[in-house]
Amino acid sequence: MIQLSFNHLLYLVEAARFTILLSVIAFVGGAIVGLPVALMRVSKSPTLRGIAWGYIQLVQGTPLLIVLFLSYFGLGILGYKLDPLVAAGISFTVYAAAFLGEIWRGCIEAVPKTQWEASDCLGLNVFQQYAYVILPQALRIAIPPTVGFMVQIVKNTSLASVIGFVELARAGQIVNNSTFEPFAIFTAVAVIYFVLCYPLSVAARTLERRAHAGRS
Amino acid sequence: MSYKFDFEFLAERWPDFVAGAWLTIQLTVLSIALGFVVGTICALARVYGGPVVRRVAGAYVEAIRNTPLLIQIFIVYFGLSSLGLKLSAEVSAVLALTINMGAYTTEIMRAGVESIQRTQLEAADCLGLTRLQTILHVVLLPAMERVYPSLASQGVLLMLASSITSQISAEELTATANLVQSDTYRSFEVYIIVAVVYLVLSALYRLGFWAIGLALFERRRRLGTPL
Repeated sequence: MIQLSFNHLLYLVEAARFTILLSVIAFVGGAIVGLPVALMRVSKSPTLRGIAWGYIQLVQGTPLLIVLFLSYFGLGILGYKLDPLVAAGISFTVYAAAFLGEIWRGCIEAVPKTQWEASDCLGLNVFQQYAYVILPQALRIAIPPTVGFMVQIVKNTSLASVIGFVELARAGQIVNNSTFEPFAIFTAVAVIYFVLCYPLSVAARTLERRAHAGRS
Repeated sequence: MSYKFDFEFLAERWPDFVAGAWLTIQLTVLSIALGFVVGTICALARVYGGPVVRRVAGAYVEAIRNTPLLIQIFIVYFGLSSLGLKLSAEVSAVLALTINMGAYTTEIMRAGVESIQRTQLEAADCLGLTRLQTILHVVLLPAMERVYPSLASQGVLLMLASSITSQISAEELTATANLVQSDTYRSFEVYIIVAVVYLVLSALYRLGFWAIGLALFERRRRLGTPL
């Protein structure tokens, strides 16, 4: 049995880079897909609203773990090489887009109706209304809950370990397999996750408080 | 794409899926109930407790909410057993899920407890209720009613998250899927079926929470409006 050493800890910290990489992929992918989902949810067309609603219900009603397995094995069926990073990237994009879409829908709806009416009176078309009037205001409302959701993303990237992507959680398992000191190792892993997540949690709370400064 | 879907294994293996789903239900109903008790106590501690108690409850919430459930499950199952406390996979699963649900419930219930106005407490005082009576009759139920939608969605999220306990070989729905797919090599089909079962379970849990809400909150039942 190998003694637990400082190098193991270093290995965990190195692996945390892949947790961060995967989180960034998830967030960027989720944002790119999530914004259209949010816009579809508030669209005038019942078909678009229905599609976006169905998508969100589907993703929010199945565990992320199952989404991961589906995209991992689904890619295999389509004849692609089973690359865990690709499968994980797709799954997390699908997952984050559903949640961000729903969060941002709330933010778009929170912009007062009078803003729509005023921009109507100014003769702006729908694109201009969104680009210059609604979305900039919705963005301000959206920042605190979005930062809060980033904590969920970072934590959930740990699930990518089950399809063999070596990030922080998987690195913990690997070190554990050779040293068998699970309590110390997984506590260390938890601490690293905490270091990544806690600043985001605090930021979300502070932003939230600042956003509500005038009220309550 | 020349892939042929083949669901034939279902004829033979469906009892496995039923058993897995049943264990998922047992694990999560128990964890949600226990987590609610833990969370409610911690929420009361966070609002009415002394400075030390408040700190401890706050640290618990932050520690759990900022680390992944997967790691929490590993610490409970592998970590505790290496320290000499051997728990079965199912007991570890319930323990980890309860600790997790407790932390989220604490935050949700805290918001509810804080929303109870001071005048309500003063009125309870004037009526000569003891502290325990005040909390039971004046604080808890209205607090719970206010935050009930959040509690319900947290419950559904926990049910979905219980899939992670498959990683410590608790034989629930996802673990069953892993087993069947390794026997039949029909991984895509297996996970499609399990995804559908989870969708049905989420719908059932939402329905269950709605029914419990109706039974619990007289006001909602009579008037149909939230508090």
